[in-house]
Amino acid sequence: MSDVILAVENLEAWYGDAKILHGLSFSLKKGEVLSLIGSNGAGKSTLLKCICGLLPKKTGTIHFNGEAINSLVANDVVARGIALVPEGRRLFPSLSVEENLILGGQVRRPGPWNLEAIYNLFPVLKEKRDVPSTSLSGGQQQMVAIGRGLMSNPDLILLDELSLGLAPIVIKDIYALLPRIVGNGLSAILVEQDVTRALDSANHFLCIQEGHISLEGAPKAFTKDQISAAYFGM
Amino acid sequence: MIWVNIIIQGILVGGLYALFAAGLSLIFGVMRLVNIAHGDLIVAAAFLAWAIIQKTGMHPLLSLLLVVPIAMALGYALQRYILNRTLGKDILPPLLVTFGLSVILQNGLLEAFTADSRKLNAGALETSSFPLLPGVGIGYLPLLQFIIAVAVIAGLQYMFYNTALGRAFRATSDDSETALLMGLDKRKVYAWAMALCLGVVAVAGVFLGIRANFDPFMGPGRLIFGFEAVIIGGLGNLWGTLVGGIILGVAQGIGAQLNPGWQVLAGHLVFLLVLAVRPRGLFPRMDG
Repeated sequence: MSDVILAVENLEAWYGDAKILHGLSFSLKKGEVLSLIGSNGAGKSTLLKCICGLLPKKTGTIHFNGEAINSLVANDVVARGIALVPEGRRLFPSLSVEENLILGGQVRRPGPWNLEAIYNLFPVLKEKRDVPSTSLSGGQQQMVAIGRGLMSNPDLILLDELSLGLAPIVIKDIYALLPRIVGNGLSAILVEQDVTRALDSANHFLCIQEGHISLEGAPKAFTKDQISAAYFGM
Repeated sequence: MIWVNIIIQGILVGGLYALFAAGLSLIFGVMRLVNIAHGDLIVAAAFLAWAIIQKTGMHPLLSLLLVVPIAMALGYALQRYILNRTLGKDILPPLLVTFGLSVILQNGLLEAFTADSRKLNAGALETSSFPLLPGVGIGYLPLLQFIIAVAVIAGLQYMFYNTALGRAFRATSDDSETALLMGLDKRKVYAWAMALCLGVVAVAGVFLGIRANFDPFMGPGRLIFGFEAVIIGGLGNLWGTLVGGIILGVAQGIGAQLNPGWQVLAGHLVFLLVLAVRPRGLFPRMDG
């Protein structure tokens, strides 16, 4: 069990009275990339919000590095080593590119990521370090969001809809950098609408359907038809 | 020359109004909180200074060394343990709670200090002046007040755009949920914002107390002047707030020259004019 970084047991979550997650259980090993696939509204982003402490109404247990983090709020979860790259980037519009990155390192843990390392990964950001973050293109904004997530040197990074609203060529470029991002033993949970890309990028996947896990395992262990059936609930 | 004098005196008074308003502007900019008790907090700071001066005999300006840190500590606690609980999607709870706080402060000050008017005695500083032009004299106190107002606003502006705390203020103001993901505890960020606000309030309170008599019930009037300066200048814009204070001060000066009874009315009319023509103020900055 020592190589398990995240263990989720019987997780249930609600938005108001609406129950979104129905008893999810799974685990993630150190250095692994886990893809979450499923249709819109299946509960993928809700699961990420539960893990990073943004959704208080939940039951079940979430252990991270052996510590129960279910009751921690988001600012304490990030200090434990979990970073979220949120859906839609959610950069701070009144902060420059570099200020956004610096803020990501507000809770700095020891590790390889710092401003220079981020600029090496995304050289275009160094040129634009002083401009307002929202004046960048969508792809560049996504780079800032990823860099901001890495700046705290997390053990686990949650990547929510990396490709949302981006041109195919930009998506390809960002995914080409994924091995460099999740190298060094960093674990990742990837939420992605593009199922093929999600499965190609992961060691393991969960298919979520209406808040239940409908299929899980190594992507190569299942046929396309089996995954489609789980995805659409057939 | 008389009009030049009126405009210059109005500008200098505008510094005090900017001090009334800077804290309001800061708090609105960071947490979208409209603090109805702001004027009463200014008066409470003046009473705090008065009490310290009674005990120690120190000069009012020197009393700032005690009044500012005490006010900042109280501001931190006020936000951390009371006002943070009222913040959410509904804007009504903080309005009601700060309205209640205003009533409590007024009656608390009445109990503690009676309804008598008080004044902080700054000695010769209050009356001494130097001639700028023939017929135009500049009082040292209004000049000092204006310089300090500019310094306070420049300091807040520098803090906002050049320090880690300012970055935290801007990020939390932009998106408090995502700021949490950066490890920023918004309850503490807001508490620091209120501490800074009360620090400015303390400075405003001491200058108010040196300039004129004050009593427990004059807070709402200072709140109105502060609001007007903030709205004229533009919500959440600190330099705009200084300009708003100056416009208010000059308008009041011109009104008083035309008819002594029109002083306050002239300020209100200019405020209404700006509200009608530019509802977001002359230099709006923050969205929402």
